[in-house]
Amino acid sequence: MNEFPILSLMTFLPLIGAVLLLLVRGQSEAAMFRIKMVALLVSGLTFILSVVMLVNFDPLIAEFQFVEKKIWFESVGISYHMGIDGISLFFVVLSAFLTPICILASWNSVSMRLKEYLIAFLMLETFMIGTFCALDAILFYLFFEGVLIPMFIIIGVWGGERRVYASFKFFLYTLLGSVLMLVALLTMIAQTGTADIPTLMGAEFPPHMQMWLWLAFFSSFAVKMPMWPVHTWLPDAHVEAPTAGSVILAGVLLKMGGYGFLRFSVPMFPDATEYFIPMVFGLSVIAIIYTSLVALAQQDMKKMIAYSSVAHMGFVTLGIFSLNMQGVQGAVFQMISHGVVSAALFLAIGVVYNRLHTREINRYGNLSKNMPIYACVFVILMLGSVGLPGTSGFVGEFLALLGAYKVDTLTATLAATGVVLGAAYMLLLTRKLVFGPKVNDDAAAMSDMSFVEKAYFLPLVVLVLWLGVAPAYVLDRTAPAIENLLEQYHTKLGTQVPQVPQVQNEPVENEMGE
Amino acid sequence: MVSPLMPEIFTVCAGLLLLMLGALRGTSSVSFILSAVVAIFAVGGCLLLGYDDGRPLDTLGGMIIVDGFSVWMRLVIFAGLLVSTLLSVSWLKENQVLKFEIPLLYLLSGVGMLFMVSANNLLALYVSLELSSLCLYVLAAVRRDRLASAEAGLKYFILGALSSGLLLFGISLVYGFTGTLSYAGIGAALSPLELPAGAMVGMVFILAGLVFKISGVPFHMWTPDVYQGAPTSVTALFAIVPKVAAFGLIIRLLTGPFASLHDQASQILIFVALGSMIVGAFAGLAQQNFKRLIAYSSIANMGYALLGLLSGEPEGVASVILYLMIYMIMTAGVFAVLMGLKRQGVALENISDFAGLGKKAPFMAYSLVALLFSMSGLPPMAGFFAKLFVFQAAVAGGFFTVAVLGVLASVVASYYYLRVIKVMLFDEPIGAFDCDCSISRKIVMVGSVVFILVFTVLPNALLDQAQIAAGSLFP
Repeated sequence: MNEFPILSLMTFLPLIGAVLLLLVRGQSEAAMFRIKMVALLVSGLTFILSVVMLVNFDPLIAEFQFVEKKIWFESVGISYHMGIDGISLFFVVLSAFLTPICILASWNSVSMRLKEYLIAFLMLETFMIGTFCALDAILFYLFFEGVLIPMFIIIGVWGGERRVYASFKFFLYTLLGSVLMLVALLTMIAQTGTADIPTLMGAEFPPHMQMWLWLAFFSSFAVKMPMWPVHTWLPDAHVEAPTAGSVILAGVLLKMGGYGFLRFSVPMFPDATEYFIPMVFGLSVIAIIYTSLVALAQQDMKKMIAYSSVAHMGFVTLGIFSLNMQGVQGAVFQMISHGVVSAALFLAIGVVYNRLHTREINRYGNLSKNMPIYACVFVILMLGSVGLPGTSGFVGEFLALLGAYKVDTLTATLAATGVVLGAAYMLLLTRKLVFGPKVNDDAAAMSDMSFVEKAYFLPLVVLVLWLGVAPAYVLDRTAPAIENLLEQYHTKLGTQVPQVPQVQNEPVENEMGE
Repeated sequence: MVSPLMPEIFTVCAGLLLLMLGALRGTSSVSFILSAVVAIFAVGGCLLLGYDDGRPLDTLGGMIIVDGFSVWMRLVIFAGLLVSTLLSVSWLKENQVLKFEIPLLYLLSGVGMLFMVSANNLLALYVSLELSSLCLYVLAAVRRDRLASAEAGLKYFILGALSSGLLLFGISLVYGFTGTLSYAGIGAALSPLELPAGAMVGMVFILAGLVFKISGVPFHMWTPDVYQGAPTSVTALFAIVPKVAAFGLIIRLLTGPFASLHDQASQILIFVALGSMIVGAFAGLAQQNFKRLIAYSSIANMGYALLGLLSGEPEGVASVILYLMIYMIMTAGVFAVLMGLKRQGVALENISDFAGLGKKAPFMAYSLVALLFSMSGLPPMAGFFAKLFVFQAAVAGGFFTVAVLGVLASVVASYYYLRVIKVMLFDEPIGAFDCDCSISRKIVMVGSVVFILVFTVLPNALLDQAQIAAGSLFP
């Protein structure tokens, strides 16, 4: 198992696929079909590899697994180091899972410059998987930033009316945050002589330096996350991006921020983390309440889901920075759950958008009549987003709130109101879209989901429910790594890990009423 | 024993022979001379390969030094000259600029640049710098029937003469206070404990003269006008080679004779670097002409390259050498694309004319996209690593504020690269393009794109060479 470079293979297989696509010639129908098949096969193969990896992953070990290390920039302490632990495991799987779905979702809806479109998606997959596998800070940065290129092109070329504005905003916001992180990384390399993440995790930085480094990393991850008040690029990017772009954006790209916090900020700068907790808590609560209210006022479906993403990510930061077992477990779970639910919601919006070409909520209504299957899927996803017990959304939100409650009661209480607001806007959307009176003839004439659409919604819906009733599969695998992370963190600080009695199984599953 | 200056001797002799040929045969010999010059540069570069990395050799009575640094930089310069001549071959033919002097001026200014990086004496420095500059002034004005070209040449000449004056004044001050022109002698005469104020002022003037050559702020004003006004093939030469040579000069001065003035010099460098990065980033935002844009981008890039010199460590120098190589290759690629962009025979220089290139000529468009992303320093392209290492050198030297301002400037600059990409990929085409990509341009374009992509995977060959070259300056 150790000899087989499964992580590199997963990372670079899509890139190889992209090169293959370059070689396919012709504009004919048959050529287009070939291109789509190649892209689907390559991304499907990557997904199969990720499942193989998931099965072979040893859930009891906290250390990095499937490690590969090769010489790269030897003289400057940068190496090609890949590996995953419980924290990154599911993000890798999520990336590999969503890409083929995105390709399927674009099967009939994208025809303009199809080859370039699919190449961009495969490149994106390489960068996404690489980001979560990289165990060298510069390698991580390379993948983390590399994501910008295909995403910029995807939004800019295949996006909506204000695509240019949205793509530039997305690009520049993210870049601005990231370059500061780069300077921080270079400072750490200068200090320790290595860019190896496990080594850096063990390194101790002087507290005053930690503050600056933490802020530099924060500037990058907070934008990516996105946290209030640097979230404004997200609604624009979501609204203008093509459906599949939104799916990847919400499903994977937003998770890079939270992952970065767990991989860099918390273990490497514990003193600074401790110092900035109140700030992060404050920003998270504002994000949860404010963006939920903003979402309530949206007329555009995609914008509403985009704002809800910001609110959901607020729970993630809350969970991460509560720095106890439940909190961090909840944050990781929430990210995975949001990756599935919001990706599926954007796909669901894409389904009706492809038929009516508008995202205006008021143009739709009473879809349960003519699109019963769609309505059913939408309601399940809506419930997942609201966080109803029995769906994946509940587990993450609940654990994150529980963790935060132990640290700061007021924060957790305020954040909990976000759950109510979340239910409010999602139910509002559902009422108008799925039920409600018939508004338009063309909306009433829309056909139900096609076979392909059903095919890619099925796994998503199953996942939403499965993660909701059996979260232990995920939580068991993330637990050792998170435990290890928290132990390191508290050892460095000289404090005790908050005691948590057998966190993985209680209280979540009991409450599920299994 | 072959002279260590064999490549230069060969180049000069062959150049003089070609000059005779040109004088006798006139215009009809242009294409032969062009190919011959390409061949000379290739052979000259090959002659360098025989050098063994032994100890530094003084030659021409101590005027010239041949060491690992000079060998590597000369190789880089030969490569740059080769590429820019290659680019010119088809451009000159297509645009009917058939003057046999042009390739020979390339060659002679190239010889000047080769001597610049090996100069070991302020006099050799001045003479070699002037040799290369004079040729470049003429080249800028080579289309003398065109207003823009004549203006570019005149501007370049007047400002260049001014900077030469500054340089000469600085040299005389240093000479007056140290009593010698040789680098070794100056280095010995100046020690950190005993710094004659006059020598310090002299160094400032010398640096000012040299900053002009690399188009650093505040001596950058000529760059946009010259880039825009000069014929594109000459602009390519300007952008690709002379700055590398001038940088070689600066590196050698700062690590050799003025090593003990490092603290004073780095203050100037910080100012120039910051100024160049910021002016290059902000002024570029407003440009409509692609050549002007590249001019501002080169100003910014020189600022980044200077960052590596702040700390005065071998790692920093190595990062600068790497930066210059990568920058050179990216620029060559950009010009290869630019020269091929035409509509009904008219060269396109305005950014808005590139609209829809992604649809009409995807190969060229995506090559330029990759090159521009690389220039803006985005991973995984080579340009990212170029920036990474100079920033690393700056951070390791403790220049945090400069580094932070530098990366912020790079975000601003990335906007104008993105704008070009946007026009090419996102906008609708406004007309057809003639995509007559001549074979030599195609080679340069594909070569540079492949380089910037492959460098990420196989970086060590170039990195090691840069480190060896830098190491030879720090015995």
